[in-house]
Amino acid sequence: MSGKVTVRLNVNGDAHEIEAEPRLLLVHALRDSLGLTGTHVGCDTSNCGACTVHLDGQPVKSCTVLAVQADGAEVTTIEGMGSEDNLHPLQEAFWNNHGLQCGYCTPGMIMAAAGLLQENPSPSEDEVRHALEGNLCRCTGYHNIIKAVLDAAGKQSGVAA
Amino acid sequence: MSATSELHVGQELRRKEDPRLITGQARYIDDITLPGVLWAAFVRSPEAHAKIVSIDTSAAAERPGVHAVFTGEDMSDLGGPLPMAWVPPGVEVNNPDHWPLARGAVKHVGDPVAVVIGEDRYAVVDVAEDVLVEYDPLPAIVDPEAAVAGAPFVHEQFGTNKVHEWSLAGGDVEAGFAQADVVVERRVVNHRIAGAPIEARGVLAEYRAGSLTLWSSTQVPHFVRLFMALLLGLSEDHVRVIAPEVGGGFGSKLQVYGEELFACWASRKLGRPIKWIETRSENMSVTHQGRDQIAQVKMGAKRDGTITAFHVKILADFGAYNMILTPLIPSLGAFVMGGCYKIPNVQTDIVGVFTNKCPTDAIRGAGRPEATHMIEVTLDQLAAELGMDSLEIRRKNFIPKEDFPAAVATGVVYDSGNYAGTLDKLMEHVDVAEFRSEQEQLRSKGVYRGIGFSTYTEICGLAPSRVTGPAGVGVQAGLWESAMVRVHNTGAVTVYSGTSPHGQGLDTAFAQIVADKLGVDPSIVEVVHGDTSTGPEGRGTYGSRSLATGGEAVAKATDKVVAKATAIVAAELEAAAEDIEMRDGKFSVRGSPDKGMALADVAGIAYIGAVPEGMEPGLEETTFYDPENFVFPFGAHACIVDVDPDTGKVKVIRYVAVDDCGRPINPMLIEGQVHGGVAYGIGQALYERVHYDEEGQLVTGTFVDYALPTAAELPSFETDRTVTPSPVNSLGAKGVGEAGTIAASAAVTNAVIDALRPLGVEYINMPLSPMRVWKAISEANGQSSKGGEQA
Repeated sequence: MSGKVTVRLNVNGDAHEIEAEPRLLLVHALRDSLGLTGTHVGCDTSNCGACTVHLDGQPVKSCTVLAVQADGAEVTTIEGMGSEDNLHPLQEAFWNNHGLQCGYCTPGMIMAAAGLLQENPSPSEDEVRHALEGNLCRCTGYHNIIKAVLDAAGKQSGVAA
Repeated sequence: MSATSELHVGQELRRKEDPRLITGQARYIDDITLPGVLWAAFVRSPEAHAKIVSIDTSAAAERPGVHAVFTGEDMSDLGGPLPMAWVPPGVEVNNPDHWPLARGAVKHVGDPVAVVIGEDRYAVVDVAEDVLVEYDPLPAIVDPEAAVAGAPFVHEQFGTNKVHEWSLAGGDVEAGFAQADVVVERRVVNHRIAGAPIEARGVLAEYRAGSLTLWSSTQVPHFVRLFMALLLGLSEDHVRVIAPEVGGGFGSKLQVYGEELFACWASRKLGRPIKWIETRSENMSVTHQGRDQIAQVKMGAKRDGTITAFHVKILADFGAYNMILTPLIPSLGAFVMGGCYKIPNVQTDIVGVFTNKCPTDAIRGAGRPEATHMIEVTLDQLAAELGMDSLEIRRKNFIPKEDFPAAVATGVVYDSGNYAGTLDKLMEHVDVAEFRSEQEQLRSKGVYRGIGFSTYTEICGLAPSRVTGPAGVGVQAGLWESAMVRVHNTGAVTVYSGTSPHGQGLDTAFAQIVADKLGVDPSIVEVVHGDTSTGPEGRGTYGSRSLATGGEAVAKATDKVVAKATAIVAAELEAAAEDIEMRDGKFSVRGSPDKGMALADVAGIAYIGAVPEGMEPGLEETTFYDPENFVFPFGAHACIVDVDPDTGKVKVIRYVAVDDCGRPINPMLIEGQVHGGVAYGIGQALYERVHYDEEGQLVTGTFVDYALPTAAELPSFETDRTVTPSPVNSLGAKGVGEAGTIAASAAVTNAVIDALRPLGVEYINMPLSPMRVWKAISEANGQSSKGGEQA
């Protein structure tokens, strides 16, 4: 392939510089170059959303973004949301509401839900369902995912869900 | 030792699995690598059926970074082809050789013909394009009904496309039909679906210093180890198979796949670790699929609704090869073809057939969703013809709860049941009279709303070896399960299970069972599974078996630990063993709770060796549990839909599921399984279909074309439970992983038909897509439409 280019990424607050083929996908840059394997690949066609991360604050499907397109950008992945000792409210809500089974779609779901709650801190059930339309889950039937997002929204805005 | 005090069993404990999963710390197959790893990319057939004339690998082999290019000929040293483990006694099964890389011919789109091994995961995919394969196309056969009728043949050597024939009959269906006042017949198509876990498959194999380690996204690491050893000529003790975190399976990872075998073979050949991660399009074309049955069903009843006979003739499309259990799948449905009804005469005749499509095998429910769909949609038609209420006819035929354990016509014994009980509970949530009046009002406004029911039972908890082993239906494996419970010096506990959970939450459920018996907190009970080098031989996770069979093994191993602990405590406290009880986390003498020993104290004695004379030190026990019987969960589901008569679009408005899976260990996990199971069934009923065109080209090769339901299509579900313990195991538990799927497709279909009956629509085969529904309405045009001809 063609020569490599330098890509600067600021991921979860840490600055990185990688040498990448221009065709390298952002998701592979995160996973294979930086070792942040919490972001997953499920479909290769932007349907499943398992690869959702935040790019300059906006949720994107990182299997459909080239690493070079993210040059200089701020990226947030599931690893940047919270740790076991300091969970993000959405992580806590997914745990409390059994919002996951195999867990493979979960990081993408949480990132997509975080994007929704930034824009709409108190969504209705219907709004949550439509906002997560681009994230597929095969295990939960979405029931507890929706419950978890509504729970987190309620807690964030100080209203009981 | 008296009954243990139950603190955790029955509680909605948050999952032990979740912290690593919600923080991105879990390790799935693609998260694992090794120094010196090489990547594999498969060259796959674009033809549905063709002779391989030549394969030119020379250009590919010269590309930079390429270490090898292999074809089927290179793998002539294999000990044999990929396994089919089901050889029913006395039944002839046509079973073609199935190699990891095709030899001489390809039989379906996606059949692998070559592999490129190289240093870069992107580059090997590029280089795969440089492998030049010349094909001589042969006529492809795609339609199973045409395939069973004759040529062209998928495998010329058999002179037929028929794989096998198998029947299960109880009573005398002809005599039963002779007694019937009404007989209904129907062609029920249960179309092909994909397992479609969000994580596709993947393998990482390393042959090093005479030993093989294979990481694979599998549900059955022990089966995989056995066949890797056999086919590669390795001693089983030198093969380790690890299922890391697995991102869903739904049966599609209950398999021994060619890519697993290839990676192991190539690692030994090249002396380097080999990694392959399946793309979604590969997953949609080569990971085994499910269902694909066409059934002619016939049900007879007396005027009062009493069913006298049910006869089903199934044509099952197995695709191009027999995978590990392929010919068994329709038979699983045959055992419960009488459903939850007292039907004296039941017969299932199965014909398996080859086509030039991806093979089918177990997918969530495996044979039982098909059976339930046949029974439940036919029952609704029977009710309509008799002018009976669809619930009344169900109640009329339910096996009464007094009859359990109930020996049914198909030869199995249902362990426990209270079918009227789950339906009564459903009626607490659904007011049918109110619905009917609302339905009528809406109809006058042009809104077609319908309600459908599905009352089901199923057979799971695989499985008693006397049934599944060589003497029974012939799966060449006992399907017992193992467990080992190790209490460490400090009183912490590690449980090793031969199951291989991948989302079910069994780490948590097992920990709850163990914690109560040993008087410890579940947080110090670690559950280890999915690694053939830790713990005893095992059988894996599928067939709603992991709690009823694997959990019971855990319970029994723990009981052995408790017995030993009790003997130690009795000696320490100078009491009789039968006077020792577990209370408030301590083994104590009954009546003297202040004088007791916690598990940590007992473990200390056991490991210091200060045990009673004649007792071995240590505190660790192993069990192999072979169940006496299957378990039979059951339930009553209701679905309410709106159908737009102008567009044919169906919207699920409400879904209520009442299930009985015996004694609940963790109700939260049960509900989660029901939600997911129901969504799986709704997905099949309304949206999903693996579609091949007439030439055998796969049309639904990505998630763009294969419509998985999203959050926007589904409602929130309403769930409830009755509890009828299973007498089969000490937990009283039954499986629940497949139950929702088994019930749901019929409930949805019956709801759509209920909505459209006033328009003359009597039946539509799934998926109930807008096009099919609209066509059925148009064809009915005020007249009756049999509707079944839309394959």
